[in-house]
Amino acid sequence: MSDLPLIQADHAVSSPATTTTSPGGRGRRLRLLSRTDRVVITLMVLVPLLLVVALVWLPALATVALSGTDWDGIGPLSEIDWVGGRNYSDVVNIYPPFVPAMQNNLLWLAALFVVATPFGMFLAVLLDKEIRGSRFYQTALYLPVVLSLALIGFVWQLIYSRDQGLLNAVLGGQTDWYGDPNVNIWAVLVAAGWRHVGYIMLLYLAGLKGVDPSLREAASVDGASETSTFFRVIFPVLRPINIIVLVVTVIESLRAFDLVWVINKGRNGLELISALVTQNVVGEASRIGFGSALATIMLAVSLVFITIYLAVVMRENRR
Amino acid sequence: MSASTVTRPPASTPTAKPAPRRRPLRPARVVLHLFLGAVAVGWLFPILWAVLTSLRSYAYTAANGYVSFGGWTFDNYVTAWQTAEFGKHFLNSVYITVPAVLLTLFLASCVAFVIARFSWKLNIVLLGLFTAANLLPQQSLLIPLFRIFTEVPLPEFMSDSELLYDSYWGLILVNVAFQCGFCVFVLSNYMKALPRDLYEAAMVDGASIWRQYWQVTMPLCRPALAALATLEVTWIYNEFFWATVLMRTGDKFPVTSSLNNLRGEFFTDNNLVSAGSVLVAIPTLVIFFLLQKQFVKGLTLGASKG
Repeated sequence: MSDLPLIQADHAVSSPATTTTSPGGRGRRLRLLSRTDRVVITLMVLVPLLLVVALVWLPALATVALSGTDWDGIGPLSEIDWVGGRNYSDVVNIYPPFVPAMQNNLLWLAALFVVATPFGMFLAVLLDKEIRGSRFYQTALYLPVVLSLALIGFVWQLIYSRDQGLLNAVLGGQTDWYGDPNVNIWAVLVAAGWRHVGYIMLLYLAGLKGVDPSLREAASVDGASETSTFFRVIFPVLRPINIIVLVVTVIESLRAFDLVWVINKGRNGLELISALVTQNVVGEASRIGFGSALATIMLAVSLVFITIYLAVVMRENRR
Repeated sequence: MSASTVTRPPASTPTAKPAPRRRPLRPARVVLHLFLGAVAVGWLFPILWAVLTSLRSYAYTAANGYVSFGGWTFDNYVTAWQTAEFGKHFLNSVYITVPAVLLTLFLASCVAFVIARFSWKLNIVLLGLFTAANLLPQQSLLIPLFRIFTEVPLPEFMSDSELLYDSYWGLILVNVAFQCGFCVFVLSNYMKALPRDLYEAAMVDGASIWRQYWQVTMPLCRPALAALATLEVTWIYNEFFWATVLMRTGDKFPVTSSLNNLRGEFFTDNNLVSAGSVLVAIPTLVIFFLLQKQFVKGLTLGASKG
């Protein structure tokens, strides 16, 4: 709503006849600004912009550029040789952890998307009803959201540890839930999902509160059941939230790092692309071009979803 | 059932309906409460278990197993605090979190103000650049950033590493750069919703742009700033990756990434691990319980954040 005057103001620049009705025109406004104002505006934008460009966007571009070179990370920049796509073919063909890492990232996405996200949405729908103690249930569910994923790794160690863990004490087994490469990714996914559910519940609950109640009333007058009201009426209205949740889930699974890093630095069944990149930079072998190729893959995937996200939120903003 | 609706505190039902939608059957409600109660207990359980374990002596649990009752002690906290030097690491977290949050809110509100106040074509690009930066995977920027940080010198009085690498300054800057995007996005939306007459009036009074920003817009943004501050304190306090890769000196690690060292020291004693975990969780839990409303509002204001 508040954007409407802005659009008028833009038109006002081309047709001066209307400036009287919208005094906030762009051209006029610029002329109204004093020299100090212009300096202040420039600084207000430029300082934060420089910081973000220097520490986020330039490194992102440099990552892409480095992925085509054989730089070892130590020698001078003049010794860099261009190797084209060799790093990429090496990553795919002669780097054993790559395939498990891809599988684990996809598994992570699938687990969050197929199990944790729908469950969070389901809980939001239940909590949106007027029930006693709703606040308590909500608080319990999103409590894990305030904890860091690194800390969550430790909290779940108390349950998963082989000799001192609760799970083995109850089940009487001897499984090393964090250490056994056959099971550890699932154990970690339970912990990651535990946090994700609360977060998704929160987003949907906010979305559901914003749904026009007359929609529901109309559906119930028509005799629609609660389930079909949700899927036919409410869910489609929540489209922007659905897309935001989708993007958040994808990005979250791509950025997953802290949890596996505190457990075993992303080895032995817990390989993730993010952990492989880190191992290649701060680990024992510093393979810059190689690590950059991995990083560029992450960057490319994330940019696709970031673009979708921006398109959705910007369109919502314009409403 | 309608009786319970009436006795509810009015604050928690923003959309109070004149009449119940449909009188639900009592057994259905019971099932609903049983289900939600079970889920809530299940969700709280790992945290409660950590608290419980932290309060028991290792000797007792080693002898009787963890599924037992007794051996209550507070010693784990004392030992954990001393062994892992939590005092020092908490202080490090303060050194990083406080300036980073203040700087993020200041810089982000500047950009958001310009985006909301003017209708330049470039604004959408600016907003996109900031918002997207917040969503990029940090690891994909690590390689060049690591190199930059090891090349940029700092005077010795700023950091004993004499580099941006292994200094609080570097960590503050990288956190600010990453978190700015989210705050710009939320604040610019918030500011766009403010009535535009304010600026017309301010301009008639001859207020400079800086005064319009600082004395007109910012006071009106207090609710959004409070929500964002709560959220950013939690996020930057919880930040693990940058501190892990851009710090080297063990003494300088903030508390969340010092957890990784704690693992080695406490490896054989889960009771100590749990005491350490609870200690690290306390600041975020305090924020959560005191400022729950702000926290939730911040998250849903942006309805985003990866």
